[in-house]
Amino acid sequence: MTTSNTASVDAPDNLRFYVPGEHHVENGTLLGFWFYLMSDCLIFACLFAIYGVLGRSYAAGPSGADLFDLKLVAINTSLLLFSSITYGFAMLEMQKRQKGKTLAWLAITGLLGLGFLGLELYEFAHLIHEGAVPQRSAFLSAFFVLVGTHGLHVFFGCIWLVVLMVQVGRAGLIPENRRRLMCLSMFWHFLDVVWIGVFTFVYLMGVLK
Amino acid sequence: MSASPSAAAPFENKSPRGIHAAPDNVDHSHDKDHGHGHGHDDDHHDGASHSTLKGYVTGFILAVILTAIPFWLVMGNVIESPRTTAIVILAFAAVQIVVHMIYFLHMNTRSEGGWSLLALIFTLVLLVIMLAGSLWVMYHLNTNMMPGMMDHGMHTPSS
Repeated sequence: MTTSNTASVDAPDNLRFYVPGEHHVENGTLLGFWFYLMSDCLIFACLFAIYGVLGRSYAAGPSGADLFDLKLVAINTSLLLFSSITYGFAMLEMQKRQKGKTLAWLAITGLLGLGFLGLELYEFAHLIHEGAVPQRSAFLSAFFVLVGTHGLHVFFGCIWLVVLMVQVGRAGLIPENRRRLMCLSMFWHFLDVVWIGVFTFVYLMGVLK
Repeated sequence: MSASPSAAAPFENKSPRGIHAAPDNVDHSHDKDHGHGHGHDDDHHDGASHSTLKGYVTGFILAVILTAIPFWLVMGNVIESPRTTAIVILAFAAVQIVVHMIYFLHMNTRSEGGWSLLALIFTLVLLVIMLAGSLWVMYHLNTNMMPGMMDHGMHTPSS
């Protein structure tokens, strides 16, 4: 990169050695993380394709119209949408170097994520209680794998969020932590994008016919 | 995405860039204002620092509208034909994905010198091939090999 040359000229002698390398690392991290998200996107594409193929194979079992509770899904969707904007607010506070406010918004984001997970687990437990277990039909297998994979992502996102809150709490908003928060930001918003596909393709269209 | 002109916050490149020695409370509040043409910032990253309150709120309001309408269409049985409803809500989902990409993930042609957009386009191409291909192939497989089709569709030695 040409930019690092200028930066190293501007830097005093004792710092010049460090400047070019670090700049590259950060650029590389965010672009590399984007590549990871794209590959993750392909995983979800496969699962969506499976659901698209098998989503009507009920094997004389319950269909989506029998099982899905759209009010619950609407609440879940709004929780995830709200968590997206609160994470956005956390990023804005991070840019202003407001450590306390950043942590507060991150905590709210985490609670919304946990609320989403709780409702999803409640839905799964309810389905299993009614006998709509993954083994029942190809439709239910595809449903549980697709929605469960998304839920697993949100779960790991929550763990990551807590770890980052601890790190920000200890070390402050240092460049490394800001870079990590940006990666998690991309991850979190990406999960919201996947959820758009899930609630449209699985829930809304599942209830239709 | 950032609405504020970059010229509003001239960036002090003259200051020694004590990245690791710098105290944590150094004022970086200009970060969100620039992002065009400055490459010297230690923590700046093209594309990730475009976030503004206006952008997030705009994206959020659009997302809420684009989410509420499909739920209303399905839960209220607004459109008679399920097929039409399906097409309409899929269109809403596509628009909402674009909104999220632009306002929340800050996708644009400039971020990372265009590489992230290129990766996205490549992924979308793979995704369309995989989804459309799977559905197409499996639909025809189902149609042509349903048990009911066996009698007149297939010639087995015994028949």
